[in-house]
Amino acid sequence: MSNSQLNRLKDLAFKIFAIFCTSVGLIVLVVLLYVVISQGLSRIDWDFITNLPSRSAERSGIYTALFGMIWVLVLTILISFPVGVCAGIYLQEYGKKGFLTNFIEINISNLAGVPSIIYGILGLELFGRLLHLGNSILAGSLTLSLLILPLIIVSTREAVKAVPKSLREASYGLGATKWQTIWNVVLPSSFGGIMTGLILAISRAIGETAPLIVVGALVYVPFVPSSPMDEFTVLPSQIFNWVTRPQAGFVTNAAAAIIILLTFTFMMNGIAVIIRNRFNKKTKF
Amino acid sequence: MVKVKEKAIEGFLIFCSLITVFTTLGIIIVLATETIKFFSEVSIIEFFTGTEWTPLFANKKFGILPLVCGTLLTTLIAISVALPLGLTIAVYLNEYANQKFTAIVKPLLEVLAAIPTVVYGFFALTFVTPLLQQFIPDLSGFNALSAGLVMGIMIIPYISSLSEDALRAVPKSLREAAYGMGSTKLQTAFRVMVPAASSGIVVSIILAISRAIGETMIVAVAAGQEPKFTFNPLTSIETITTYIVQVSMGDVPQNSLEYRTIFSAGMALFIFTFLLNNISFWIKKKFQQKYE
Repeated sequence: MSNSQLNRLKDLAFKIFAIFCTSVGLIVLVVLLYVVISQGLSRIDWDFITNLPSRSAERSGIYTALFGMIWVLVLTILISFPVGVCAGIYLQEYGKKGFLTNFIEINISNLAGVPSIIYGILGLELFGRLLHLGNSILAGSLTLSLLILPLIIVSTREAVKAVPKSLREASYGLGATKWQTIWNVVLPSSFGGIMTGLILAISRAIGETAPLIVVGALVYVPFVPSSPMDEFTVLPSQIFNWVTRPQAGFVTNAAAAIIILLTFTFMMNGIAVIIRNRFNKKTKF
Repeated sequence: MVKVKEKAIEGFLIFCSLITVFTTLGIIIVLATETIKFFSEVSIIEFFTGTEWTPLFANKKFGILPLVCGTLLTTLIAISVALPLGLTIAVYLNEYANQKFTAIVKPLLEVLAAIPTVVYGFFALTFVTPLLQQFIPDLSGFNALSAGLVMGIMIIPYISSLSEDALRAVPKSLREAAYGMGSTKLQTAFRVMVPAASSGIVVSIILAISRAIGETMIVAVAAGQEPKFTFNPLTSIETITTYIVQVSMGDVPQNSLEYRTIFSAGMALFIFTFLLNNISFWIKKKFQQKYE
């Protein structure tokens, strides 16, 4: 066999291997979804959604976990969205290439790499003990807010960066101040990008389990929280609890709860994609 | 008046971005103060060299090596899955596949990273472990192997997507020069493109490693809670992150020595990932090739 034939053969072999590798990832994804759906789908009914947690697997439901999750998400959005967007705007629009901006940038990329459970430890000490919030919804939301802040800041910066200079200059030319320009010109035209980033960050927050467990999301909460100071549980920690129980019925519950959790996650990601596409089409600079 | 308002707004914006700095400071201060209190009761030498970790038992031993060992073991398994798969996928998508295929497959693979990790834990415990037990009869119900394998699948997109981005940033002229010399696609990919994109690829691998070290729910569900100083992937082990979860779920009294162990374990975890992040940051800065 000549050298070039051998090389061509190697090329083909790699191609086959690569297709195999790509399919491994996708096949695992399909198998995972199949395993979850085949085990859990038949368990989902109205009772499963509206029942309180219980000692018996058949009577358990996700009502408190669902409401806990909604409470945590709403508060997390309220806290992290304004702070994250403001920080992103500052770094992109005001921050001069100086020591402070540089330092904040390095710091943010570092924070994005800190394991989520470390945020849980911070939340436990800072919000739980120092601010006496205990294991309340507020403590959990503040912790998650710090966790997703770097994501929001980075995506806000990207969105703001994409607004062309000419738009800003036109606004300055009309006599607008810096903030007026940002508020009336930059923010509206980068709205799609900012929203996409926010939704992806929220989708991350939905799935986070470890930091909330450390802060003290309880596993058994027999009531629906009615204020931010109440104790709470969320869907992922309810799943964690059910998975670790030996009785078979709870594993089915876990699979059913996972279907609902994944529905939320995929819905969020889908919405993000739709918003991105729509605004990309609409805003032509 | 307008000027005052502008200044006030700018001040508020600065404050918002400083919150991230306070977060880092907060993490370091919280971990450091509790760790210092911990070391006033436990010898540092025992902590770093002891091979038994039993803070929750009557006979307390505080050697962190078993936890570090468990963490490294699962990370090692995960990387040995994700690195070959991820890198091959990246090269394939960049060099061989047509754009339409890439546009569909890349986001589909990224779904792997969007799935909550507790779901992977469920998958590892209830599907992968029983499946592996068919082939390896002495695999225990909780084990490092299936947790590591599943974690490896989870971090594939970190390597494949980021490496693909790095490969795509290599200018076309380099590839065309290689083709012009008569190279096959495979030779072009591994002798020209991969070396040219090496800094970006290394950064993606480090990110994946740091992700695997800090991963919590997969190992907490599927790898067990038995700190063991072993590199045998078939037995139940415990990682640093699992230990923190285990203590948080139990009813350890606050301000006790047992309670402080989660801060010293957290400190070890934080230092690991902090070092990795800074290495990747440094590589990005230092070795990033600028093509004109």
